Amino acid sequence: MKHLRQLEDQSVYILREAYKHFDNLGMLWSMGKDSTVLLWLARKAFLGHVPFPLLHVDTSYKIPSMIEYRDRLAREWRLDLVVGQNKKALAEGMNHERGRVECCTALKTNGLKLLLEEKGYTGIILGVRADEEGTRAKERYFSPRDKNNDWDFRDQPPELWDQFKTSFPPGTHIRVHPLLDWTEINIWEYIKLENIPFMDLYLNKGDGKRYRSLGCAPCTMPIESTASTVDEIIEELRATTVAERSGRAQDEGRGMELLRKDGYM
Amino acid sequence: MKAEEWSYCEKMATCNIESQEHVDIRDRMNIVIVGHVDHGKSTLLGRLYADTGTLPEGKVEKIQAICKQQGKEFEYAFLFDAFLEEQEQGITIDTARTFFRWAGRQYIIIDAPGHKEFLKNMISGAARAESALLIIDALEGVRDQSKRHGLLLSMLGVKQVTVVVNKMDLVGYRQDTFDGIEKEYREFLSQLNVTPQFVIPASAKLGDNIAKVSSNLSWYTGPTVLDSLAKFSSESEHEEQPLRFPLQDVYKFDARRVLAGRITAGSLKVGDQVIFSPSNKTAVVQTVETFNIESPPTQAHAGQSVGITLDEQIFVERGEIVSHEGSIPLVSTSFRANLFWLGQRPLEMKKSYLVRLGTREVECQVAAIHRIVDANDLSLDSQDTKASVRRNEVADITIQAKAPIAFDLYTDFETSGRFVLVDNYDVSGGGIITEMVEDREENLRVEARKRDFAWVQGDVNLADRAKHYGHRAALVLLAGPDTTSKTFLAKKLESVLVAEGRHAYMLDAENLRLGLDADLSEEEAMEIVRRYGEVARLLVDTGLLVISTTNSFNLPADQSIEAIRTLVYPATVLTVHMGKKKDDLLSKSDLSFTGPEDFTASAHEILKTLKRKGILAEAIGNQPAFQFSI
Repeated sequence: MKHLRQLEDQSVYILREAYKHFDNLGMLWSMGKDSTVLLWLARKAFLGHVPFPLLHVDTSYKIPSMIEYRDRLAREWRLDLVVGQNKKALAEGMNHERGRVECCTALKTNGLKLLLEEKGYTGIILGVRADEEGTRAKERYFSPRDKNNDWDFRDQPPELWDQFKTSFPPGTHIRVHPLLDWTEINIWEYIKLENIPFMDLYLNKGDGKRYRSLGCAPCTMPIESTASTVDEIIEELRATTVAERSGRAQDEGRGMELLRKDGYM
Repeated sequence: MKAEEWSYCEKMATCNIESQEHVDIRDRMNIVIVGHVDHGKSTLLGRLYADTGTLPEGKVEKIQAICKQQGKEFEYAFLFDAFLEEQEQGITIDTARTFFRWAGRQYIIIDAPGHKEFLKNMISGAARAESALLIIDALEGVRDQSKRHGLLLSMLGVKQVTVVVNKMDLVGYRQDTFDGIEKEYREFLSQLNVTPQFVIPASAKLGDNIAKVSSNLSWYTGPTVLDSLAKFSSESEHEEQPLRFPLQDVYKFDARRVLAGRITAGSLKVGDQVIFSPSNKTAVVQTVETFNIESPPTQAHAGQSVGITLDEQIFVERGEIVSHEGSIPLVSTSFRANLFWLGQRPLEMKKSYLVRLGTREVECQVAAIHRIVDANDLSLDSQDTKASVRRNEVADITIQAKAPIAFDLYTDFETSGRFVLVDNYDVSGGGIITEMVEDREENLRVEARKRDFAWVQGDVNLADRAKHYGHRAALVLLAGPDTTSKTFLAKKLESVLVAEGRHAYMLDAENLRLGLDADLSEEEAMEIVRRYGEVARLLVDTGLLVISTTNSFNLPADQSIEAIRTLVYPATVLTVHMGKKKDDLLSKSDLSFTGPEDFTASAHEILKTLKRKGILAEAIGNQPAFQFSI
């Protein structure tokens, strides 16, 4: 439990730094376990309040119960929920059958870009974790993006102790990653410790399957699992050597590096 | 790596390591792997994972397949060199975090690049770590980056170090080779006051002494690399120290006014009398605020991000350090430090930078560059003074800040003893404080501190007054050469403010000369300034906007302004410079005029600045729109 409190203290510090330095700040919330823990940590940091909007980039292909869960928590926790959508791409019929990277780029990356442009956010907070995937392992807590959302990973700013990059020239924005040091197991341990409400898609409800990672319905597959409680999930994760995102089609090949360089979360 | 070697490691991965699945996690630790390029950092990391069976299934096979496709030999390093470019060039460009759990501890292992070009990435990695594995190639011996990384580890505060003498297979596992390297490197580290806990002969490629004791190195009886990690302590000594709580922000989301921040040393509890430095404000801790915890805690300690409320609503800002009265931090505008510079442009004297220490940010200059440290032999560069510090150099410098900073010496307090410099938009250097430099205002600062600690206050505080008056208290000082109509403007400003309904008072320093200062001669300039400052302090404490000129002080304007600023601190001092022609203008002033002809226009210009600085509310009324808390 001590290690969870250490992670919590660091994430809270990062969230408070972000809030202090960026006037126009938003937090991405996909309703998945990570960004929901992130939302919980924001309530910790600001003592029950969430002083910035929660942004959801809706691809329209999400699993329907995710939207119900989103709206319920937004109401109960009095969240300022902002939903963005690349309506133009959807109107033109974009879907995963046109190619997964193409679909992710149009509906997620560009959906996010459109939302950022429209609202003029200078900082966005995301729940990515370093253990998810190789390029995320190399991220900074405060990571600048240029006006095209491009990530210059060859020349990342130094991060010394708890001094982050909090000033930047006009036209760039900052992505803040308070969960970088958390692992998948830590997320579940913390959900248990704090009793955070999460989507039951993560649990096996008798059919021997559960979702380990949530995304769009067509591109996210459940895994074989008997875990029907948080404790059982933690047990399962301790034993597994299968990658978390193995059910996520976008990670195939070099998909992720290419997607992320262009601004994917 | 050849195929037969690989199958050998595969076997080891499955046969030597007991299952760790069901051990509960006690603690966590960040470890950085550093060392000269090609000495085998990433290989060691890959080996550590493979031999502990903690790699994701299929990861090795996937990388092997890519290697085969590209006609390259498989290397463990590829497991973590995620960028295509890193794999193509065979070097690590940026630090990667990797995770594993072992023997009840959760590790983040930070693989830092060894190439000189990527030193800033190595430093970013090492600055996050509590302990380090420093790799030296047995064949090549101690190289320049081995030394530079050792020096930087000591500056970054990484005290627990295991030195791994790698590639022992290439020197026939000879003990004399190992002993020679151990002796040389221990001598080097001892000059930095670093004592490595372990020096281990190993071969990452073949798995000797990484996770498993090697029979090839039977002359060595110490722990394996994996065992050495378990022997590092994750307990922080910071809890036992005096309190240091840098104020991060002040929140007023509901009825509570919460002071937020992370305690970097010591602990605090409800009922403690605390001091804010450098403002010298005092208050008593009333509550420790939390979310989703049933019984609210009554204390908090080092490492925790907390929120506290106080027994009274004092005006304090981000950047102050909270401590107990018996052990307050040092306060000065100047300190001496060892600094490493990472900026694209060299660090230069007389150029403006931002110093960030804890949560405080102040504009500063480099007052002196005493020496450049040669990382190879730690000798000081023989040339006396340097005009600049180049990228990747370490230097001994003195910083001069524009406003006082609370800090500690690095040898006393890790977190409040270090800082970064920001050049333009970028964090470009980091340093540790070796010495406080007493500035000219030191005596006055000590006086102000004693006076403030003992100050008996009524029940009405500055925030109450500000709310009532529609403005915060401040001092407006008009400086400049004689006959530039400073007094006229001072009078005009007073009239305009009072006409607007503000509480303003012009205190001409001349007025004190024949009364309070009657016992002083013209020569006692410092004492004249001191008494003026104390009177101004009193008036400011009543919530007034005080206006004055620096006419009557027989001192350079800079010196008298700094002295007064120190005595009225933390009240805002707005400086207005009046010059006869454009060349007289002082860039340091908040506002400048060339002998104004239109005093009303100039007075309104000053008003605008006071509004911009949050001193004046936009409109007078029952509900002031300005925020006086922060």
